[in-house]
Amino acid sequence: MSDPLLKIENLHVAVEGKQILRGLNLTVRPGEIHAIMGPNGSGKSTLSNALMGHPSYLVTSGTVTYKGQQIQELPADERARQGIFLAFQYPTAIPGVSLGNFLLAAVRNVRGAANVKPLEFRKELMACMKDLGIRQDFAGRYVNEGFSGGEKKRVEILQMAMLRPSLAILDETDSGLDIDALRIVAEGVNRQVTPEMGVLVITHYQRLLDYIKPDFVHVLVSGRIVQSGGPELALELEARGYDELLRTHGADAAPVVAGA
Amino acid sequence: MADASTEAAIVQQIRSDYKYGFSDAEDYVFKSGKGLTRELIMQISRLKQEPEWMLDIRLKAFEVFKSKPMPTWGADLSGIDFDDIHYYVRPSEKAETNWDDVPEYIKNTFDKLGIPEAERKFLAGVSAQYESEVVYHSIREDLEKLGVIFLDMDGALRQFPEIVRQYFGTVIPMSDNKFAALNTAVWSGGSFIYVPEGVKVDIPLQAYFRINAQSMGQFERTLIITAPGSFVHYIEGCTAPVYSKDSLHAAVVELIALEGSKIRYTTIQNWSNNVYNLVTKRAKAFRNAAVEWIDGNLGSKITMKYPAIFLMEEGARGEVLSIAFAGKGQHQDAGAKMVHLAPHTSSTVLSKSISKDGGRASYRGLVKVLPKAENIRSNVRCDALILDPESRSDTYPTMDIGNQNVHIGHEATVSKVGDEQVFYLMSRGLSEDDAITMIVNGFFEPFTKELPLEYAVELNRLIKLEMEGSVG
Ligand SMILES: Nc1ncnc2c1ncn2[C@@H]1O[C@H](COP(=O)(O)OP(=O)(O)O)[C@@H](O)[C@H]1O
Ligand SMILES: [Mg+2]
Repeated sequence: MSDPLLKIENLHVAVEGKQILRGLNLTVRPGEIHAIMGPNGSGKSTLSNALMGHPSYLVTSGTVTYKGQQIQELPADERARQGIFLAFQYPTAIPGVSLGNFLLAAVRNVRGAANVKPLEFRKELMACMKDLGIRQDFAGRYVNEGFSGGEKKRVEILQMAMLRPSLAILDETDSGLDIDALRIVAEGVNRQVTPEMGVLVITHYQRLLDYIKPDFVHVLVSGRIVQSGGPELALELEARGYDELLRTHGADAAPVVAGA
Repeated sequence: MADASTEAAIVQQIRSDYKYGFSDAEDYVFKSGKGLTRELIMQISRLKQEPEWMLDIRLKAFEVFKSKPMPTWGADLSGIDFDDIHYYVRPSEKAETNWDDVPEYIKNTFDKLGIPEAERKFLAGVSAQYESEVVYHSIREDLEKLGVIFLDMDGALRQFPEIVRQYFGTVIPMSDNKFAALNTAVWSGGSFIYVPEGVKVDIPLQAYFRINAQSMGQFERTLIITAPGSFVHYIEGCTAPVYSKDSLHAAVVELIALEGSKIRYTTIQNWSNNVYNLVTKRAKAFRNAAVEWIDGNLGSKITMKYPAIFLMEEGARGEVLSIAFAGKGQHQDAGAKMVHLAPHTSSTVLSKSISKDGGRASYRGLVKVLPKAENIRSNVRCDALILDPESRSDTYPTMDIGNQNVHIGHEATVSKVGDEQVFYLMSRGLSEDDAITMIVNGFFEPFTKELPLEYAVELNRLIKLEMEGSVG
């Protein structure tokens, strides 16, 4: 088996003094797609933010190893430059900054300014926008300002396409998309997946996994992975719901020994 | 270690941060001693070979200046010592129209600032003022043939004394404020523009103002008149070297937009942090005319500037779009005044300010509607972005509405740079500093997008420099 791309060990994360992740373990190898499912508030976005290096999400113990190096202390920009990408559940608007200029700066920072020629960048951007069904005039629109929910999600995947990450974390990229948009976005993601890349697909629902086929499915409840399995687990969950898991593993349930 | 805090060391430090902070050795035709007297005013007028009536105006204004107390309602001006200023410095004999004839060292200065280069590329005319006098001006030949006049103010007084006499001081009377009186007494240089009926000057005319000497006072005087149906866009830029002693820049700018004409006046001011910038700018817009002040305030120690538009007749429109950046030790007290004197007039103000490293930005504005001015529209919006807890922002809006039948909107916001915005940009590989600079540039974008591309690029670069100034 190849070396892991990402290895999360006994990860504990607190937000505003509240412990959210409580001993999370996960290993992603190159070429693997992992789905993380779980009820609202179970800590899925906390995991995404912590992996990307959000300063409010404090790693209180445990380690995150990416390409053989511990990264839990690195700032977000450094992680981005090393190939980690997060498609946000709620992308932030940056008024007055055009998507085109923003992406040029991003691509230059991630790929190195010398490797990015403005003309080629433009061509690539236009091609990627076309693939994702994003109108060309969006390049001149301000980042996420006045975008519909679906447009925001498409633009997240556009950024992923332009930044070509090694590890992509998609946090509920399916929410807010109608069925056609879902297909276009999922196809966009599938086009980008390479055998070297790892993908974490975070979702509440199974339907995205009809398009982006995971190798593994994990269930996150109250800050821990309580069950792992193959793609069939997603279908099971869809049928069963999260109630039973919440009863056994929810915050009120008996404690589980971390990392056991 | 002991030297680190000496004045010289501090100045040296500031100089290395401020790209325009270099200075030239002084080699002047005439430089007055410090302080202002009646005799000096007479001497300036004589050197300029002015008509008697202008000297009379100057001397009257000098009395007004002396009689008016220092304004205390705005920024702190107590640091100004009127006796410690050189009021008139003449660097060369005359304003040249051929760049090669400009004295070598001045040419080098403007070369460094990119002036003739800009002209060749995208300007219809250029004027360059160094200390008290315009040393160079030019205008595209085809515009000159159409009757467009673009001269330094002194040249205009010599060549078109009747037009100057007709309009000089009609928009801003000498008694308006202490600094307008001072300017009227000792004015020198500045631009004069006249655009004949129906002529639209398609690309901008530019003036560049440079202070070089220490403890210098620059008092340019600008007058722009657009005849019915005409259009002009005038752009001015300003810089000065960094000294330990303060300089004073007190300009007066009068605009007259006659029926159906339009003036856009753009300022990108980037004074060094030892300049008191106290400028009076006012326009009169007549029937269906439009005036736009696009006012960018970076640098200076203190700026007090409230571009005003008097909407004289029906259908007149006024717009002020301004930004201010107050960094360490700076107070930007800027704003706008809109005076609706006639029905069916409209005004818009958008003011955006940033304060940082203990800097202070104030918006001070007035909307005045006369009783007979029915059906007017006015919309004022001020947005402030405060980058750290040491910095400060205030708004002082005044509404004086004499008519009930009006549409008036006022909105003010104060915000900080959002953590989520910074994280979002950093997650795309931008450093924290680059992320904040990008957010700041975005905040100023409604202003920047109104500038010609070259200036927009330059402004973004200046903002980046201002943002870097604080690091460490
Ligand atoms: N920035 C934050 N500030 C305060 N609480 C937060 C923050 N982010 C997440 N939380 C809390 O952490 C818990 C998990 O939230 P989240 O990770 O967003 O869950 P999910 O994405 O699985 O719905 C919730 O109780 C939520 O309120
Ligand atoms: Mg979430």
